[in-house]
This record gives sequence, C-alpha cells and structure tokens, in this order.
Amino acid sequence: MRYGVPEAEFLDCGTLGCQGCAATLSMRLVLKEIGDDAIAVVPACCWSIIDGPWPVHSLKIPVFHTAFETAAVVAAGIKAAKVRQGRDTTVIAWAGDGGTFDIGLQALSGAAERNEDIIYVCYDNEAYMNTGIQRSSATPEGTWTTTTPDEHPEPRPKKDIMGIMAAHRIPYAATATTAYPDDLARKVQAAMAAKGGMRFLHVLSACPPGWKLPADQAIEAMRRAVECKVFPLFEIRDGREYTITHWPDDEVSLEDYLSLQGRFAPIMNDPDLRETVRRGIDERWAWLVEQHEREDRVVEAPVG
Amino acid sequence: MPERLLLTGNHAAAYGAMLSRAEVISAYPITPQTMIVELLSELTASGKLNATFMTVESEHSAMAACIGAAAAGSRTYTATSGQGLALMHEMLHWAVGARLPIVLTNVSRAMAPGWSIWSDQTDILSQRDIGWITLFAESVQEAQDFIIWAYRVAEQVHLPAMVGMDAFILSHTAEPLIVHDQAAVDAYLPRFEPLYDLDPADPRAYGGLVNRDHYFELRYKIFEAMDRARHLVVEAGEEFGEVLGRRYTPVEQYLLDDAEYVIVSAGALTSNVRQAVKDLRERGVKVGLLRLVMFRPFPIAEMRSLLSGRRKVAVLDRNMSPGHSGVFAEEIRATLAGIPDAPPIYGYVVGLGGRDVRVETVVEVFEDLVARDEPETALYVGVKGLPIGPLRVPEGVIR
Repeated sequence: MRYGVPEAEFLDCGTLGCQGCAATLSMRLVLKEIGDDAIAVVPACCWSIIDGPWPVHSLKIPVFHTAFETAAVVAAGIKAAKVRQGRDTTVIAWAGDGGTFDIGLQALSGAAERNEDIIYVCYDNEAYMNTGIQRSSATPEGTWTTTTPDEHPEPRPKKDIMGIMAAHRIPYAATATTAYPDDLARKVQAAMAAKGGMRFLHVLSACPPGWKLPADQAIEAMRRAVECKVFPLFEIRDGREYTITHWPDDEVSLEDYLSLQGRFAPIMNDPDLRETVRRGIDERWAWLVEQHEREDRVVEAPVG
Repeated sequence: MPERLLLTGNHAAAYGAMLSRAEVISAYPITPQTMIVELLSELTASGKLNATFMTVESEHSAMAACIGAAAAGSRTYTATSGQGLALMHEMLHWAVGARLPIVLTNVSRAMAPGWSIWSDQTDILSQRDIGWITLFAESVQEAQDFIIWAYRVAEQVHLPAMVGMDAFILSHTAEPLIVHDQAAVDAYLPRFEPLYDLDPADPRAYGGLVNRDHYFELRYKIFEAMDRARHLVVEAGEEFGEVLGRRYTPVEQYLLDDAEYVIVSAGALTSNVRQAVKDLRERGVKVGLLRLVMFRPFPIAEMRSLLSGRRKVAVLDRNMSPGHSGVFAEEIRATLAGIPDAPPIYGYVVGLGGRDVRVETVVEVFEDLVARDEPETALYVGVKGLPIGPLRVPEGVIR
C-alpha cells in the first residue's frame, strides 16, 4: 500500500517541538486521519509544551490540558458530555509514556475496563523527556537515562503495555510509528471504525535529544526499531486477535538499531547485556508470531 | 408540588443533585458517603434523573471525569469523604484553575491513620486554600438545598463549590425533608450555559502553558470571582427564600442581639450548640450562637460586625491544624485582628474522630469560657483524663 498523505493539515507550523521530534509528527499524521471534529486531552508531557504557550495554540482542534495521571478519564468525561449534546466528536487522549505506562496507568485501566468511547494515543519516546530524560517503565532494558546512568543502565525490560491493554479486552489496540505512515494511517482509520469503545494506539516516537540521536535520523531509528523487531508493528482486536501488520526484513540487525543512538552505549559496550537484550527481543517476537498464527485466535476465549 | 419525605442527609444530597438536574455524575464509593451515589445511580437507572453516571476507579478520577464533562459543557456532581477528598486534592485545584462550576458534597470524615469513618471536618478544611466555594450544612434539608444554592452561585462566577456534611450525625440521620417542586427549582436554577464547551468549530487550548507574564492575572481573576461570590451567595440565598421558601445566609444568628458571650460553630454540631445556648439563656446567661454557614468566601464583614464588642467568643473546631489551632478559630482571629472592640477568641478543639459533642459538652465549654482569663491558642475538650485546657504534657500515657 502506498500512503497518499492527506493534504489537510491540523497542525500549524511553529510548534515548540525539538528538531526531529517524532511526537510532533505523530500528532500531525494521526490528525490527518481523524480530521477536525475532534478534541484532544493532553496531560503533562512534551505536548504540554509543543502546542505552545498561551495564547499560542498549534492545533486546529480544541486541546484540554490536564493533570499527569488523568488523560483517559478526562477524555471519557468530555465524551460523556458530548454524547449528551448529541455530538459525534472523536475524543483523543494524547499522552506520553510516563502518563500512560506509569502515573496514568490507573485511569487508563479504568477507562479501558469501562470500554470508554475514546481513542487513547500513547506517543512513546521511552523516557521522561520533557523533564530531561529520566527513565520510565517504557525505557528499554540496558538504556542510559539521567536516572539510569551508564554505570547502572535500566535494569528491567520495557513494560508490556500492549499486553496490559489486551488483557482489558478492548475492541482495538495497535502499535505504529511515523516511519511507516501508511501502516499508521490504516490503524488510525481502524481505530475510528471501531468507535463505541476504547481504542489504544501505541506510537513509538523518536526523541533525538533523549535518544542521543542526530535529528535527521529520527525516522531511520524508528524504521530500524521495527525492522530489528524491537518494536514490531501489530494490532489486537478484542484483546485476543493478534495480527502482525509488517514483517521485518532480516537485513537490519539489533546492532544497526542500537549503534544509531548514544542512549544504548551501555548495551553496545557490554556483550553479555546485549545478548540478554537480544534474547528478550527474540522471545517476544516468537510469542507475537505464535499469537498471529493461532488458528483459534478469532474464537471467543473464556472470560475469567 | 413539593413533597415531604423522611430521608437521611445522604439521600437528601442525592435529591439535591437530582433537583439540580446534574447531567454527568462521577463518583467512587467511600463510607459514609456511599448512599449518595447509590441513590443517584438508582435514580439515573430508573430514568427519574436524566444523567450519565460514570463509575470510575478512584476519587481522583471522579473529579477528573467531572472536570472533563464540565469543560465540555455539562453540569456535573460528585460526592466523597475524608481520604477521597484528600485524593482529589490535585484535581480540586484543576477545577478552580479551569474555572469549572462543579458541585460536590463532602461527608466529613476523620483522616487515617488510624482508620476512622467518624465525623471530623479536618478533611474539608485541608482544602481551604484552593478556591472552592465552601458551605457547611447543618440539617437534612440543607444537605439538599445547599447543592441547589451552590450551583446557582458557582455557575455565575465559574468556580466550583462544595457542601460539607458531617459523617453519620447528618449523613445517616433521617429528618423530614421538603423535596422542592422541580419547576420551582428550574426557575431558580436555569440550565447551565457554559462560556466554552470545547467546540471543535472554535478550536482553543485550555489550561496550557502560561509564563510569568500571565499566571498572576489568571489567579487575580479567581480572587475577583470569589469576591463576587461573596455577594452572590447572599443574593442567591435571599432568592432561595422567595422561590423555594427557605432563606439562606452565609452566617446564622441565634439569640445573638444582646449576647455578651458568643459560641461559633459550623455543621451539624451546631444543633447541640443551639440547644445549649437555649438552656443557658434559661439560666439568665447572655449567650448567643453564630453559625458559620459559608467558609469560603469567608464572611469577613459579618464576622466583624457580629463579633466586635462581645465580651468573649468561643469557637468550636471539630478539626485541627497541628502546630496552630482549630482552623475556624484561626480564621476568625485573623478576621478580627486590629478592628476596634475585637473580642478575645477562645478556640476549643472538640469531637475529633467523631467523639460525641453533647449539649452538656457545649455547656462545659461555655463555663470554661466564662472562667478562663487567657485565650490560649487552642483548648482541648474531652481528651481522656484531662480537663478542658491547653496542651499539657500528660503524666502517664493517654489511654
């Protein structure tokens, strides 16, 4: 499929995003699919800044800024009011990984369990970038951040947020990245089509300063993340029907991905750690392929 | 036609939200508030109340859901208590800064640990400096009516409002309640007309980054709105009388005109103070009651005019600010400081964690007030083994 980028723009130029910021590009591409009958809820995250200080506003949809841990529930509250007004407006919760994996997980779980009719987008730059690169539970194992310095890099694997969302049996969840805009666009459309319940998009979004990555390499880094299976592209319907939407080519190695970014120096410098990381990636990929190939994946699984 | 029912304070609060036609209700259960949201979900499920009921996973989310719905144009209501109100704290600030006229009922409950579900107003007074209009109900009727009164003012000044109600003493006590005629309430409280409702046709950003050039002015507008609320509460209380037959005021006076001694209290505790004052008057003592109905905005002018020139004032605080005194006493002292004929303020800390404050307890406080020379920072009433008095180092362990 060849992606014809819709011409309509809902993001003005002059945002406060850093050079090469994929969080900004993620918003731009997602809104091209959703359109202007939408409202975004932004908790504390880079996007609190990117949109601009008052009276500047960079989006052509309303944005309601809210506290760090409340994106999902505030979006649900807005949706409730709009439904009462007879409006079909799409309400988007737009949060970073900290606001999703960590502090916002409770409200996200609550909204998912209640199957709130919202689209929740986590733009994941794999650390607290807005506060200056501190680890979150989305930070991959072995990564440098300012709170996991080179001598003590992140000791634990990245939290499996997609598994958590799948466990809530929400109608639609998918991973995506702007390095594959056609795949991203199709998934936003799929999320729009699954309206009536909770939709979750996990969008890997490169952060050049936080990843110690040249700004012009952001797209390349995200492309390699997909190709080396660090960040597989897949979708999950009803929490059990897994579909891999892009099959990586085997020509991109883990090292190709890691060596592009200074934050992975601890892994590059430690062969044992690198093997541990590689094993984790292989195991998760194998599990994912198994889910994809399950013959019974469309069969109703028992609800506990 | 108005209906006369026998209901608890909690159920009266649910009726208050229903009569106010709350559109989005979001709440989380907590003793002793739970009956409010139980009844509201029944009323919603049966269609008696046309509202959306959101059963969220925490009080923090309950307030956040109200914030979202209010920002998008709905009239919103929630109810909580103690720990729940404390958990909401961050979002209580958000409701003020976002200028959303949410109304909540807080059934005041003591803070843990140790776990206590009993009456204590420290929970609500810990939210003092946020910018919520704050009212204290004394009766089942007020538990209902103050919600309607609160919406009326809150929506005019774009600030949220909370109605305090004491655990069990009011929340679980049944009294006759006049449920107002819906058409009359509708006449008093028109539909919520928000200034903004997150309309995609008018795409604005709400609550974003403000730098040092603007933040202060945004806060100044909140101070200004709170000051307008001071007058609007009086006006709306008068009108409540005209339209719904019960007039409400920011303070209530009882046998105050010629009183040399005044006892100040707030909430359900006041009923016993009223009785004690009546009993003492029969003994020929010139004592009166000043009830604090509204805590924010603080009724500064009323306090000054009604308390100056009195011989002594006893303030009953079913709350405590450790390291200082009871909060009401602290506020009243600050309000009276420097005015001519300011009376000495004796702050009595009573009934923490739901310990009974009986009519006799109030009489004991009064007798202490008359006998005592120096108004101490705080005087503790009813601590086991200790007579009324300031902090002392006990000889043994207090059991």
